[in-house]
Amino acid sequence: MKKKVLATLLATTMVFGLAACGNSSDSASTDTANDAATTDDAATADTTATDDAAAADDSASSGDLIKVGIINNDPNESGYRTANDKSMKEMFTAENGYEASFAYSLKNDEQITAAQKFIQDGVDYLLLSAADVSGWDSVLQDVADAGVRVILFDRTIDADESLYEASIVSDMAKEGETAVTWLKDQGLDEYNIIHLQGVMGSAAQVGRSGALDEAVKNDGWKLVTQQTAEWNAEKAQQIVQSVIDSGEKFNVIYAESDDMAKGAVAALDKANISHGVGKDVVVMGFDCNKWALEELLNQNWNYDGQCNPFQATYIDEVIKTIEGGGEVAEKTIIMDEKGFDATTITQDDVDSYGI
Amino acid sequence: MKDMKTKFSVKNIFRNQIFIPIAAMLLLLIFNLILDPSFFKVTLGYNSAGNPVLSGYLITILDSGSELAILAIGMTLVTAATGGQDISVGATAAIAGSVILRVLCGGNSRPEHMQAPIIVAFLVAVLASMLCGAFNGILVAYFKIQPMVATLILYTAGRSIAAWINNNELPVISDESFSYFGGFIPGICIPTPFLIALLCIIVTVLVMKFTTLGLYTQAVGINEHSSKLNGLNPIFIKFITFVILGVCVAVVGLIKVSRISTINYSVIAKDIEMDAILAVALGGNALGGGKFNMTASIIGAYVIQCLTTTLYKFNVQSDALPAYKAVVVILLVVSSAPTVRAWFTKTWAGITAKNVKEVG
Repeated sequence: MKKKVLATLLATTMVFGLAACGNSSDSASTDTANDAATTDDAATADTTATDDAAAADDSASSGDLIKVGIINNDPNESGYRTANDKSMKEMFTAENGYEASFAYSLKNDEQITAAQKFIQDGVDYLLLSAADVSGWDSVLQDVADAGVRVILFDRTIDADESLYEASIVSDMAKEGETAVTWLKDQGLDEYNIIHLQGVMGSAAQVGRSGALDEAVKNDGWKLVTQQTAEWNAEKAQQIVQSVIDSGEKFNVIYAESDDMAKGAVAALDKANISHGVGKDVVVMGFDCNKWALEELLNQNWNYDGQCNPFQATYIDEVIKTIEGGGEVAEKTIIMDEKGFDATTITQDDVDSYGI
Repeated sequence: MKDMKTKFSVKNIFRNQIFIPIAAMLLLLIFNLILDPSFFKVTLGYNSAGNPVLSGYLITILDSGSELAILAIGMTLVTAATGGQDISVGATAAIAGSVILRVLCGGNSRPEHMQAPIIVAFLVAVLASMLCGAFNGILVAYFKIQPMVATLILYTAGRSIAAWINNNELPVISDESFSYFGGFIPGICIPTPFLIALLCIIVTVLVMKFTTLGLYTQAVGINEHSSKLNGLNPIFIKFITFVILGVCVAVVGLIKVSRISTINYSVIAKDIEMDAILAVALGGNALGGGKFNMTASIIGAYVIQCLTTTLYKFNVQSDALPAYKAVVVILLVVSSAPTVRAWFTKTWAGITAKNVKEVG
């Protein structure tokens, strides 16, 4: 009996499998048809480009939606990414005159596949936060050939500047400098620092570590330990725990993300080491998560550096400029980013900058 | 254990399974003793809440190694019964942790008070994680899919599911009592994770002693067909080992989220599946299934944590840790190869024979 059931099951799956094959070959042929269509579109688009620009205002008011394809990293990656994705979804809505489709991946090749799909869908703009810096030249050339404009956000890539309209990024090195300048201004008697780094080689890690390394070299600060906790709170906790167990003295924790600062603080609490404003250990974090800013408000932490995830408004401006026939003055647009001090932060700051 | 008592002799030490993890542990401890005896210093202090707590490297090892020890219990059973490993435990732990936070927060990511008792949240998480285990179990036991391939599904999807459970938000529990599970219970100076691990170990010992689970698991692992002929149901036994692992994973999820009172879906319990499998291997258990030794796996888990803590102590770059673990794996695999073992036994026999001659 069982065997019969299994056999029928197998048979049905096979039939479905065959059907699926049939389908895919079908879709393949339609794909090529689509390809032809899109290239045609592109050609006509080229000839009518000037008209389009002139008519852009009309089309916006007449309810023609601007089609954008957004390729982002996985929103679960971090609180930063979640906030980033959320702001994108809020900005690119039908009410604001956009028709948006989203693709998420942490892998470059999957992102490239998504980009090719967006070309076939005939999007007007491709918004890209690339997983890796390299490997984008040829696909962006295809994108350009299809008449799609590219705007990079959050991350830059190694490709010719002519391939994209604008790149809206954070200046991680500046974030680091702001934080280190703040630390310098505290005028501590001595600086014994536990430095918790992000994933080695990531832009945020390189930028935020760079400024501190510089200061350590020039100002005679001491790094008690410099370890990567890979954005991971538990790892940060273990690293700080290890320093506490060794009995070495330290008075600053420079964590390159809020999560890691939180892990470090958990280890401090366990060992009854006081931290925060006017206490034994200065705690510094990055990213401005809401809960982290609240720790600042309660004076349990001392400093939090912002990494602005709200590129959507900047992108909107760029698209409006291009649609209006204008030129984007600067290819690389660097966003405003702040650093918050526990002694001056207000509830308003928490509400408006917390992610 | 009975074997050990009756046939205990120097010759059998090398053959005994538990020899490998204990030797590895001793090696690490001696290494630390020579380079820095302060490794063994344990002090009684107070944490910021004013509760007495023990601290020191050894306590850190017991504390941080607990999750791995708990996972090693379930992973040993799965390995023994199916001859394969579950690589989805980290992702499932994320799901369990996410469920706990979801129940405690009740949809509001920043609650003033917990919306449900912790025990309720934990039980729901146990249920969720048993379901994940059951899913893996059905794929492996009933549909006969390779365990590593079957669990690859949740390995890939688990963290996204975990994020979806909480609507992609990152809930934070501010209630003090929630942090007890990953920290200290007021008045008790031993880290709670270790106590939880101890509890799990005691339960496992009792289950092994009073039920036939251990015997049946090994029987299925050694020869599925003959165990079936002897009236066992291999499908059910394989299935149940995955469900038991699910319970272990839920406990790990609770400890992990309690440690930091929040969750980060992409990094919580990251790569823990590899460490859990390594613990089973370090325990000298055949990864192809069959006979197993639970004690050896648990000691193996603490050996891994001991190695990690030692490396942190000597300021080894933490992204180089996997490389060191790889060295351990290589040594392990080579030393447990039949030819090397035979050589060890022979050499030892040679030495003892010589000694006997000299004495005589």
